[in-house]
Amino acid sequence: MPENTVGEDTHRITTTVNGVTQESVVDSRLSLADFLRHRLRLTGTHVGCEHGVCGACTVHLDGAAVRSCLMFAVQADGHTVDTVEGLANGDELSPLQESFARHHALQCGFCTSGFLMSAAEALREGPVDTPERAREVLSGNLCRCTGYAGLVSAVVEASDGGEGRG
Amino acid sequence: MKPRAFAYHAPASVPEALALLAEHSHDAKVLAGGQSLVPLLNFRMSAPEHLIDVNRLPGLDTVVREAGGWRIPALVRQRTVERSLELAAAFPLLPAALAQVAHPQIRNRGTVCGSVAHGDPAAELPTVLTALGATMHVASTRGVRAVPADDFFLFHFTTALEPDELLVGVTLADLPPGTATGFAEFATRNGDFALAAVAGVVHRDDDGVVRSARLVAAGVAGTPVRLAAAEAALVGSALTPAALVAAQHAARGEVDPSGDIHAPGAYRKQLVGVLTRRVLTGLTRQGGVARAGEHGR
Repeated sequence: MPENTVGEDTHRITTTVNGVTQESVVDSRLSLADFLRHRLRLTGTHVGCEHGVCGACTVHLDGAAVRSCLMFAVQADGHTVDTVEGLANGDELSPLQESFARHHALQCGFCTSGFLMSAAEALREGPVDTPERAREVLSGNLCRCTGYAGLVSAVVEASDGGEGRG
Repeated sequence: MKPRAFAYHAPASVPEALALLAEHSHDAKVLAGGQSLVPLLNFRMSAPEHLIDVNRLPGLDTVVREAGGWRIPALVRQRTVERSLELAAAFPLLPAALAQVAHPQIRNRGTVCGSVAHGDPAAELPTVLTALGATMHVASTRGVRAVPADDFFLFHFTTALEPDELLVGVTLADLPPGTATGFAEFATRNGDFALAAVAGVVHRDDDGVVRSARLVAAGVAGTPVRLAAAEAALVGSALTPAALVAAQHAARGEVDPSGDIHAPGAYRKQLVGVLTRRVLTGLTRQGGVARAGEHGR
């Protein structure tokens, strides 16, 4: 295997992001979050703590919610990534996004995309129809405006409506 | 908050991975789920020259039924184990503890073997696997060796893994009939590391007398800690209230945790006793699994 020189370690990757195939050349150390934001200009994914705690960077990798700050872009080669930009259908918000708006489930908005992606995965897996279950689902994301009451209501309503496709 | 530049390797086979590890063992890290390693890289607390990503290794991402037990290979995600009905039936301790490992977004990516190799003494999986008497299977170009859980964890984030070795799987022997298991943890927030946790595996005969017990505590020392005095207090007795109190006092007396910003040592010491008793109380109720998960919520 040819030796890579540190600092010049780049890789050609093919990913499918929100349904679009992307061919890119990335540095080894480029995080998936920075790849999405800086290379693909999908700035809906936010970068907060960069160590997996805050959840702002949550995206779906092959359908599963993951922290995009804890993955390198090169690791997404051959995989499917979905970001918050993929939730709405054009100008039409998804039922979960509508529910967020109705319940004021966001204040400054920084954490919102991460919450949406976490909740979307949970709703796809099954009902989140009690506040207790919603708090569990939401516990992996932090909102520094502490707008949790609205978030809990929004997720429960999105689940009750049977419109849990995110 | 960006890692130092590194050379990235994505071997396509275990032999290739082991060759890379042998070649770069002076300064390489294995990347599996990355949920502990990547934060360390981002903080530059770890700055290896070579990162060996094992995620492309084939055939290591599903649990395997073997003679007399189960194997959890290197790339089995924590979420996969959590959702496995077969593993839940064989080892209810696993889903009970996994539910308290961080959050689903972390468990979707984090692997069981990665948590074991990382060796965080406050983490649930090393503790539970020690209680279950798991065996760690470690490979290098020099061969494969099996290390019992009791000998695997050496100190904070330090295990029996040599720099050129890869943890290729963990095996668990089926529990004999009459075995009950339980897990109890205290953390201040959902998904936090345990201030303390206790896992118990207790085998009773037909008369309800304890024949063997493994009690292991997390978060109170540099490794998962066998609560040998508490175990000894149980063996030969039925799980009577008096035996439970004796085990509680023994457990509390045999740990000497240090304090930190999250809790003083004396508080953790007290917790170990209380959690031990909760685990054992759960066993008396069910004769099976205690899901005595405790969060301060």
